[in-house]
Amino acid sequence: MKLNTAKRHLREGSKNIFRNGWMTIASIGAVTVTLILVGVFLALVFNLNNFASNVESDVEMSVYLDPTLEKDQVEAFQAKLESIDKVGTVTYSSKEEQLNQLMKDMGQTEWDLFEQDNPLSDTYVVKTSKPQDISSVADEVSKLDGVDKVDYGESTVDSLFTVSKYSRIIGAVLIIGLVFTAIFLISNTIKITIIARSREIGIMKLVGATNSFIRWPFFIEGLMLGVLGAIIPIAIVLGGYYYLSNNVSQNIDIGFVQILPYAPFAFQLSGLLLAIGAVIGVWGSVMSVRKFLKV
Amino acid sequence: MIDMKDVHKDYANGVSALNGVNVHIDNGEFVYLVGPSGAGKSTFVKMIFRGEKPNTGTVKIDNIDLSTYKERQIPQIRRKIGVVYQDFKLLPKLTVYENVAFALEVIEESPKLIRDRVMEVLDLVGIKHKARSLPDELSGGEQQRVAIARAIANKPKIVIADEPTGNLDPDTSWGIMKILEDINQTGTTIIMATHSQEIVNTIKKRVIALENGRIVRDEAGGDYGYEA
Ligand SMILES: Nc1ncnc2c1ncn2[C@@H]1O[C@H](COP(=O)(O)OP(=O)(O)OP(=O)(O)O)[C@@H](O)[C@H]1O
Ligand SMILES: [Mg+2]
Repeated sequence: MKLNTAKRHLREGSKNIFRNGWMTIASIGAVTVTLILVGVFLALVFNLNNFASNVESDVEMSVYLDPTLEKDQVEAFQAKLESIDKVGTVTYSSKEEQLNQLMKDMGQTEWDLFEQDNPLSDTYVVKTSKPQDISSVADEVSKLDGVDKVDYGESTVDSLFTVSKYSRIIGAVLIIGLVFTAIFLISNTIKITIIARSREIGIMKLVGATNSFIRWPFFIEGLMLGVLGAIIPIAIVLGGYYYLSNNVSQNIDIGFVQILPYAPFAFQLSGLLLAIGAVIGVWGSVMSVRKFLKV
Repeated sequence: MIDMKDVHKDYANGVSALNGVNVHIDNGEFVYLVGPSGAGKSTFVKMIFRGEKPNTGTVKIDNIDLSTYKERQIPQIRRKIGVVYQDFKLLPKLTVYENVAFALEVIEESPKLIRDRVMEVLDLVGIKHKARSLPDELSGGEQQRVAIARAIANKPKIVIADEPTGNLDPDTSWGIMKILEDINQTGTTIIMATHSQEIVNTIKKRVIALENGRIVRDEAGGDYGYEA
């Protein structure tokens, strides 16, 4: 394409934005509403995801061994556990180590008594390569001879997995639904503007314009509508997330509950919204022009 | 030159608009298409600039069969042909200048060439002084001059005019005919569908008469041949 033609398409495309008045405002409004909702959902889903994977990566089980086992039997467990399918890392922690840790934590004196007769068990801490496999591996491990007890906080972990799985699915479905609604809205608004300009297109074809020549200004118009529609949502994301990360996160910053840091997350999310806006606009315009050019 | 061989055109609603048209038109000819309403004149000219596709038969321009053009090559046919309509088909929001420039922008001419050529053709049709006006601010005759300027801006070898004087009073019509004759003088083929007995009988040219989609008469320097 020649530079002058490109300039013409840009000029025509942006002229249409002003020419079409309230139709333009309606299209931009549709994109704006969609992107605000998409932005809020994405912020939620990304944070949930982040939260879930943080917790997931911490999921581990403690395998308490039968206290009557001999030293070499205990040591043999390392290899036994590692040979189980889906097991990631296996870390040994002897009852002496645990007692020392306890004494350090609680203050030594009252624990002297236990040094002769340590009530703790030798323990292996097992992580699975995929956190989701924890319960099946725990079942298997608990059946082994010499295992006293397996503990991984079943109910918390299981329900966490369910919540994070469904929140991802629901989030994805909602976002896809919203995006398609916006594409539909924008393609309809552009379609109306195209119909209003059908005469112009007919005349362009009469004087020998190619379809792509006719399509370009609408393409640019759609792109601009999408990008303009992203402005307010981006402002909301940048402002709102700034507020959240400065105020709310400090109050709920208990251990692992921590929202994604403002930079770079808010900027990445803004970029994503801009891209989604652009795609919605372009897709909407391409869809409406394609049908029309066949006439 | 234009050749049609056994051209048939049925519209989707079942109407047969052309029923076996055979014709040869040489470069530089001036041809009137006459005949009653619904005879197929507009359909005839649409065959030439591929406004419609024939069902059977061949249409050739300069010995190239138009059916060999793919859908996306149709613009190339249109660029060799200027078309003028009864209702002018100007864009109401563009100035006279922009309406003509539009036809050249579409085929990606350079801005400098566009500027020069637009003023040249506006001068040719005698409407240069109205270059900045909007179509609504012009009389019918003036609007038709703009449409003709747009049709010839690209220096086409063929100009098709479908009832170019249909909406104009007689005085204005003679002005338009003068312009078309001037264009024809430069070697451009002109095909003009018309209902004007006065024009056809005064400015004598080849007359092709259509009835029910068939050519019933084809004579050089012929008469209109119907009651006005
Ligand atoms: N797009 C179309 N769809 C269906 N039928 C059509 C179409 N265009 C024309 N026709 C029909 O084809 C026939 C020929 O029409 P055409 O427009 O070629 O006649 P014409 O000679 O130009 O008439 P007029 O002098 O009134 O302009 C008519 O019966 C008309 O109703
Ligand atoms: Mg007609």
